[in-house]
Amino acid sequence: MKARGFVGDAARRLSSNPAAVVALYLMSAIIALALLAPWINPNSAETLDWAHAAARPGMQSAHWFGTDRLGRDLFVRTLAGARMSIAIGLMASLISLFVGVSYGAIAGYFGGRADQVMMRIVEILSGLPLVFFVIFLTVIFGRSEYLLFLSIGAVGWLTMARIVRGQTLSIRQQEFIEAAVASGASSSRIIARHVIPNVVGPVVVYATLMVPQIILFESFLSFLGLGIQEPGASLGTLVAEGVGEMETAPWILVVPGGFLAVLLLCLNIFGDGLRDALDVKET
Amino acid sequence: MIPTLQIEALSVGFSQRDAMIQAVDQVSLRVAPGECVGIVGESGSGKTQMFMAAMGLLPSNASATGSVRFEGKEILAVNSALKRVRGSKLTMIFQDPMTSLTPHLQIGTQLAEVLVHHNGASWGEARIMAGRMLDRVQIPESKRRLHEYPYELSGGMRQRVMIAMSLLCRPSLLIADEPTTALDVTVQAQIIELLRAVREEFGMALVLVSHDLSVVAGLAQRINVMYAGRIVESAPAEELFRHPRHPYTAALLKCIPSVSGQRRARLQTLDGQPPRTGEKLEACAFAPRCPRSAERCRIERPQLKAKAASDVACHFPERS
Repeated sequence: MKARGFVGDAARRLSSNPAAVVALYLMSAIIALALLAPWINPNSAETLDWAHAAARPGMQSAHWFGTDRLGRDLFVRTLAGARMSIAIGLMASLISLFVGVSYGAIAGYFGGRADQVMMRIVEILSGLPLVFFVIFLTVIFGRSEYLLFLSIGAVGWLTMARIVRGQTLSIRQQEFIEAAVASGASSSRIIARHVIPNVVGPVVVYATLMVPQIILFESFLSFLGLGIQEPGASLGTLVAEGVGEMETAPWILVVPGGFLAVLLLCLNIFGDGLRDALDVKET
Repeated sequence: MIPTLQIEALSVGFSQRDAMIQAVDQVSLRVAPGECVGIVGESGSGKTQMFMAAMGLLPSNASATGSVRFEGKEILAVNSALKRVRGSKLTMIFQDPMTSLTPHLQIGTQLAEVLVHHNGASWGEARIMAGRMLDRVQIPESKRRLHEYPYELSGGMRQRVMIAMSLLCRPSLLIADEPTTALDVTVQAQIIELLRAVREEFGMALVLVSHDLSVVAGLAQRINVMYAGRIVESAPAEELFRHPRHPYTAALLKCIPSVSGQRRARLQTLDGQPPRTGEKLEACAFAPRCPRSAERCRIERPQLKAKAASDVACHFPERS
C-alpha cells in the first residue's frame, strides 16, 4: 500500500500484460469513435433515407454499415447507441461507487449495531428482484434515461458496499486508526483520510468490472423495451431491433451486437488486468 | 495544585460471551504537572487498558467505571471534554511505530494535519512547524523526510515521528505506552533519552508504561507496579529500587539481569503464572506465587495503604 511507488508499480505490471493493453487501446478507440461520430460521418442518427432502407453495408455507399429497416444509418446509430450505453455504464458505476463506498466505509468503521442494521438493509435490497425493481420505478416515474442511471446505480452499490465494509473491518483493526483517534481526528475525518484511501485497490477493480455489467444490464432492459426509447438508441435497443430482421438483413443485428460484444470483452479483459496489476502480496 | 491527570477508582471490564473480564480493578493514580510517572507490570496486568480507557480508545465490548480527570475536568465518558484535549493537550504514543502511521500519507501531511485540525493552522505553516518538530526529535534531513512515506523510515525513526506528532500541540501530558518494546536495545536507549529531553524542554508530564523496570528506572520519578489489574506498590523510583516493599516488586527487581553479575548464573525468573483474568478474587492475587504468603493472604485481599514512603497492597510487606 504505497502511494507513489504503488501506482507506478501497478502501471508497470498492467503494461506488461498484452491482453490488457490491447483491450485498453481497443476500448479507447471505441470510446473515441463514439464521441467523435458526428464529425466522422455526416449522416444523422434520426434521418430516414427511404431510398436506401435496409441497405447492405459497403464502403461505396454513404452508409458504411448499411441502414436499418427505416433507412437510418447504422454506423451513426450504433455509435450513438454505444455513447448512450457507455454513459449509462459510467454514470451508474459512479453513483454506485459513491454510495457504496461511503455506505460500506461507515458501516464497517462504526461496526456493532450500526453495522448490523446497515448491512441488513443491504441484504433486503439485494433480495429484491432487480428487473421488477426497475419496472416498478419506470411505471411510477415514467421512462427517462436519468431514471435508468439512478435505478441501476441504486442497485449496483450493494455489492460495492459489501466489499468496502469487509475491507474497512480489517483496516479499522490496524493501529494507525487507533493512533489517528488518539491524535484527535474525528470519525468522519478518519473515514475519509485514513480508511477510504486504503480500500482504493479493490474498489477500482470492482468499479471497472461493474461498468460492463451495467452496460449489459442496460442492454437487457432496453431489449425488453424498458430502457432507452425511440428515436434514441442504446446498443440494447439496436440489438432488439436487429433481432426482428435477423433473417432478411442480418447486419442490423450483427453490427450493434458485435460492437457490444467487443466493448464488453475489452472492459472485462481490462478489468481483469487491472485486478492482477493491483493485487500486491500483503507486506 | 490541580493534578494533570487524576484517576480514581477506575475499573475496566470486557464482556466476553457470558463472562465479564476485569482488566483494571479500582485503580487510582495521580500525575502532577511536569511529573514523570512509571507504570510497570506484566502483560495482562491492565496497565495499557487503564490508559486506553482514559483516552477513550476502548473497544466497544469494554466498559469503564470510575473517574478520570484531566486538568480538573472529567473526561471519562464525557465525549465533548475528551475531544477538546485528546491529541492536543493529552496525547499518547503506542507500542508499535511500524503500524501506527497511516501508510499512504506523507509524514509531513500526517504531522501537519494534527496542527490544522487542532490549532486551525494553515497547511503551509503547519508543514513548516512539522519540519521544525522533526528537527527537535533529532530526525536528520527533516526537510526531505517530510515528503517520505512511513515505509521509508526505520522503526526508531517512526517512533520519533510519533513522538513529534504527539508534541505538536504542546501537550501537558504524554502517555507513552511501551514506546520502546518494538525497537532494538540501542534504539530503545535513544528513544528514552529523547523522551527525557523533550519532557524537560516542554515541561510536560509523562506517563511511561512498560513491562520492563529498567526502561522506566532512569526516567520516572514515581513508579507504580501493577499486578492483576491493581496497583500493588507505588513509590518514589529510588525508594522502590532500594527498598521494594511488595514481594512482587522484590521478585521483579531480582529478575533484572546485571552486567556485573556472575557469568554463568541462570537468569532469575518468577515461578508460576499470573491469575487468569476473569476470576473474581477474594484473596491476594499474588498469593500463589508469593514466598511470604500466609493464611491471611488467601482469605483477605490487601488494600493499597501508605506504609513509610511508599503505598503497598500487602499484608506482610518487606521491611525497609
